[in-house]
Amino acid sequence: MIESAVSVLAAMMLGLGSFFMISGALGILRFPDFYSRMHAASMTDTLGTYLIIGGLMFTAGWGLPLFKLTLILVFIFFTSPTAGHALAKSAQLSELRLGGEQSGSAKPGAGGVHSDQHPDSRDLARADRV
Amino acid sequence: MIIATAVALLVVMVMALVRALLGPTIHDRILAVNVFGTKTVLLISVICFISGRPEFIDIALVYALINFVSIIGVLKYFEYQGASAGEGASD
Amino acid sequence: MELILDITLLSLLLVTAVYIAWTRDLFAAVMLAGIYGLLSASFFMSMGAVDVAFTEAAVGAGISPLLMLSTLAICGRAQRANPQRAILALISVTVVGLLLISATLEMPAFGSPDAPAHLHVAPRYLTDSMREIGIPNVVTSVLASYRAFDTLGEVVVIFTAGLGVLSLLGLQGETLPRQVQSPMAEPSHLVLRVVGKVLVPPIMLFALYVQFHGEYGPGGGFQAGVIFAVGFILYSLVFGLDAVERIVNRSLVQALAALGVLVYGTVGVLGIVSGRNYLDYSGLAGDSVTGQHLGIIAIELGVGITVAAVMMLVFFVFSAQLVRGRVVQHAS
Repeated sequence: MIESAVSVLAAMMLGLGSFFMISGALGILRFPDFYSRMHAASMTDTLGTYLIIGGLMFTAGWGLPLFKLTLILVFIFFTSPTAGHALAKSAQLSELRLGGEQSGSAKPGAGGVHSDQHPDSRDLARADRV
Repeated sequence: MIIATAVALLVVMVMALVRALLGPTIHDRILAVNVFGTKTVLLISVICFISGRPEFIDIALVYALINFVSIIGVLKYFEYQGASAGEGASD
Repeated sequence: MELILDITLLSLLLVTAVYIAWTRDLFAAVMLAGIYGLLSASFFMSMGAVDVAFTEAAVGAGISPLLMLSTLAICGRAQRANPQRAILALISVTVVGLLLISATLEMPAFGSPDAPAHLHVAPRYLTDSMREIGIPNVVTSVLASYRAFDTLGEVVVIFTAGLGVLSLLGLQGETLPRQVQSPMAEPSHLVLRVVGKVLVPPIMLFALYVQFHGEYGPGGGFQAGVIFAVGFILYSLVFGLDAVERIVNRSLVQALAALGVLVYGTVGVLGIVSGRNYLDYSGLAGDSVTGQHLGIIAIELGVGITVAAVMMLVFFVFSAQLVRGRVVQHAS
């Protein structure tokens, strides 16, 4: 009885996690600019990971793999939002506008001189468009 | 259900790769690599359970770690980009 | 299921490889090289080669893109356009490639159990490993005991690579300018500083776990060394190179790199001293199986120390180049 309840719960979590991941990936493909893609990727990434690892934890049963999955969960709990934050902050600091355009033109020679000032007072703009 | 999850993960990896190939700005590519790394962690965990050897989850732990450090490394690259002489050119 | 997995991963690998070769933007190529490393590790995993997948994850998807990015930060991101096409080179490469492929058609099928490579020593290793060496992970027993010479060669190669990097980049004087503040150490990067500080001890602990658990699960010296180095690299990325150099200075890391190789060689010599061949561990303790255990632990420790030290050394040397470049630019 308990085993079937646990396996049903695990299946539900796996299914829900897959749904979140696929919707996040659709967002990455279809959203118009970087910041919205960032939003889709980071939120659904973290939540989908929690749900899938949680579902795997329920199927693992008591033992060492359960502990290792818990470690993965805790690790991703710390690092996935931080990576999203760092990425968005870096995009902000290189002045990626909402429409995907850079502000100003590229100044190849003057780019390096201002790098040691406080980031908020930097006014350089580099052409990051590839 | 686990097999369906693995298939969903493969689909998501393909989509992230498409974004990495297409992405007009660098940040899109970095985002795609980050997503790809997290999905690889999940794919490894699911493969471990499918093949019935759950003691190999250490690899997923290592990937999670490596993914994070390489994203931080990429962002550090941006901090230092102003010191370089060259600028990016398009394809 | 395996078939779908293999086909998908290999076709993604092909697409990534074609794009890396095609693109002119080196930054995109480095990012895709990271994806390439992750894909390779995934299909090593699906083939069952767990230790290889471990190493590929740590090195190919982690350290290599970091080092390539440091190089790009020094050199610039665009590839110089070469105007003329190398038609002669293309023709010769295609011809040689076709010759090679036609030569491999005669060889036994991929992974077939009748291939001569699998009939000679491999069955002996597989059947006798548990009795003679007594550890569950056959990969470690083959690498560390049956083929210890090859592993000694690998460790010396890694050490030589570190020497090569030092001789090219590192011997110009080691005074780092102390007044250059890393931009990431400013308060506006508070989140990264806190999370970085929290994460470094678990990374070290995990490296030690992989090192000493390498006999019972995937792992071993190489993987543990890389993970250990990644901990220090994370600290260096978040807090700056001078913060790390205060903790482990350059000469200590250089000494450690040499120490690992020395430990490995010394264990081999102890094999001679106990009356057997070089790198034969059976004589290291009273009972042959315990001797093998001791020998394997000792050489894996040597491997781990050298790999960690060389990875840290290479990264620090590259970062010092970056810092020096910025100081020169500030001064000008």
